[in-house]
Amino acid sequence: MSSSAPIVRSDVPDEPLFKRLMRATEIDTRMVGMIAALTLIWVGFNVYTYFQSGEGLFLTPRNLWNLTVQTSSVAVMATGMVLIIVMRHIDLSVGAILGFVSTIIGVTQTSVLPYYLGLDSPYIWIVTVMLGLVVGAAIGALHGSLVAYLGIPAFIVTLGGQLFWRGAAWWVTTGKTIAPLDERFALMGGGPLGSIGAVASWSLAALACIGIVIGLYAGRRRRLRYNFPLRPMWAEIALAVVGCFVALGATWVVNDYPWPERVAANYATAHHIQAPEGGLFISTGYAIPVLIVLVAGIVMTFIAKRTRFGRYVYAIGGNPEAAELAGINTKKITVLVFAIMGVLAAISGCIESARLDAATNVLGQFEELYVIAAAVIGGTSLMGGVGTIYGALIGALVIQSLQSGMVLLGFDSAFQEMVVGVVLVGAVGIDTFYRRGTARG
Amino acid sequence: MDAQTKVPLVEMKDISLAFGGLKAVDHASIDLYPGEVVGLLGHNGAGKSCLIKVLSGAYPRDSGQIFINGEEAHIANPRDAKGYGIETIYQTLALADNVDAASNLYLGREIMTRWGTLDDSAMEHEARKVMARLNPNFRRFKDPVTALSGGQRQSVAIARAIHFNARILIMDEPTAALGPAETAQVGELIKQLKSEGIGIFLISHDIHDVFDLADRVTVMKNGRIVGAAPVKDVTKDEVLGMIILGKCPPGATPGPGAVAG
Ligand SMILES: Nc1ncnc2c1ncn2[C@@H]1O[C@H](COP(=O)(O)OP(=O)(O)OP(=O)(O)O)[C@@H](O)[C@H]1O
Ligand SMILES: [Mg+2]
Repeated sequence: MSSSAPIVRSDVPDEPLFKRLMRATEIDTRMVGMIAALTLIWVGFNVYTYFQSGEGLFLTPRNLWNLTVQTSSVAVMATGMVLIIVMRHIDLSVGAILGFVSTIIGVTQTSVLPYYLGLDSPYIWIVTVMLGLVVGAAIGALHGSLVAYLGIPAFIVTLGGQLFWRGAAWWVTTGKTIAPLDERFALMGGGPLGSIGAVASWSLAALACIGIVIGLYAGRRRRLRYNFPLRPMWAEIALAVVGCFVALGATWVVNDYPWPERVAANYATAHHIQAPEGGLFISTGYAIPVLIVLVAGIVMTFIAKRTRFGRYVYAIGGNPEAAELAGINTKKITVLVFAIMGVLAAISGCIESARLDAATNVLGQFEELYVIAAAVIGGTSLMGGVGTIYGALIGALVIQSLQSGMVLLGFDSAFQEMVVGVVLVGAVGIDTFYRRGTARG
Repeated sequence: MDAQTKVPLVEMKDISLAFGGLKAVDHASIDLYPGEVVGLLGHNGAGKSCLIKVLSGAYPRDSGQIFINGEEAHIANPRDAKGYGIETIYQTLALADNVDAASNLYLGREIMTRWGTLDDSAMEHEARKVMARLNPNFRRFKDPVTALSGGQRQSVAIARAIHFNARILIMDEPTAALGPAETAQVGELIKQLKSEGIGIFLISHDIHDVFDLADRVTVMKNGRIVGAAPVKDVTKDEVLGMIILGKCPPGATPGPGAVAG
């Protein structure tokens, strides 16, 4: 027990290569399964479009870049929906909160703040975003309090909330579309200007690589300190290489997507640059909404894994009575979880209204369904207690990939919805089957 | 032990608890001295678990008072009870099924790093030490506790209760799922804790175990106390009579639940 030689997970003879790989790297098999499914979808659409039109249209920088931007709103909310579902609740109101917050932001941006701060004030966007987050948090906390302290089922509270806040959004705008929004605010929606360009993207990728290596190193040192079993060195190196490869590869893709010709040409004239033959190539780089997703994913993962609050969320989801008996204030945690969900819905409201450059009362309609689907496809169990943030992010990407792919193939939206429905049920079916097979394993 | 001259560690006075019309606990009084093991006996549904759940803060009582070291204690929830040094091993174990042993051990009292984040490594390290003492064969530290056997789960619940310097320990059928070796280990543990001055309520259906470990027994029937007696003053058969018939033998102090005659 207290021998000083580090323990390395010993190799089991005759273990199949894949199993050994999974065990050594400690990667969870379900994550590999999801990534495999995603790859299959991507390659499948690419091959299909190749046979249909002579060139693969799916795996292009342009399509992949758009895919990530289109996923961002659902992805941000899915990170919060995981915790809600882990606690055995549900939130049907996120789409309505998103819409309501966006109208509040729109109205304050166009018809309130300009009178106080001036029409072009650089503070307008930040004040309105803050306001939106506060409103989202307050609505979420209200829902959470009704669930926790009055014992009304979350399904009912948030179903009522959906109707209420959607109606309230109409009431704020009287059904009108509020546009255009503040110019700086609009950057949150992405687009050529709402992206960070080549240099910043590469810097970010470098930072990510450094982060991955430091993270692995710190983890190894911690295990050494307590004499816990270590991953074999080759597995650590493999993880680092794959991690950096993904970060750099993604960056290469987004940097390979140029600004549209006209935007680049305007930029060239504005900055007195001589455009070369064939137009100026300006790398788009990561879009700001995608960076927001990354930050939301990292922060929510941190909350879920490394904080007391997160630990309690999972403990409550596994056995609410036991959590209560352990002295956890389950009501407070419930309120907080819904408040966080409200904040995330508000962030998605910013992203979507910024992308449209308009706020309307129907923004985010039916999006709660996609958010829940993303979390569930990503492995969150409706029985409570189980679910990961990264899973939900991949789930969101799976749904958006299916939709984008079918748009490329020219399928209409009715058909898209049918396919997403089938995939949702299929994914949960396969998962249930698989879990039964490996239960107690 | 001249227990009677000291202030009791715990004194529950006239406790009542009803679920609708069902009187689960009916004007029950019970006490416990430091370094003493009190066995709580009774048929299924007698109200033993309910009585101790009032003490552990899991159920709010309808009436009655609780004194800790002679002072009235205000216990409205499990947090309050833990504040008084009361630790409980519940009959249902009350484990968070989907997190691992270490997380369960420290649930509600996590070890934090200096950055204010969970220190899972430190918790696992401590958990390995505690479990080595209780159940040396225990290896599954990375698995959620649903994946553990009944006895392993019980070991985790026991570890959690003894790990935080309890002054008062409530054990509701702690060995129901344990093998003979593990049961013996818990017996040793109880003796050791007792010698450290901890007061223990032990609920068990195994009357031999209770006679081996307890200093006094208290018997409940239909929510009421039949009587209490030092184990040396009563026989096993007399105690069985208390449990089944509610008959209080001469060596015992009768309670409100004793049948006349
Ligand atoms: N949460 C509850 N709601 C309603 N009735 C309850 C509840 N908990 C216990 N009871 C009832 O209270 C009575 C006493 O139950 P209790 O659990 O204290 O029995 P016990 O003496 O611990 O029995 P056992 O030996 O089977 O564990 C029983 O009749 C039981 O049905
Ligand atoms: Mg009981």
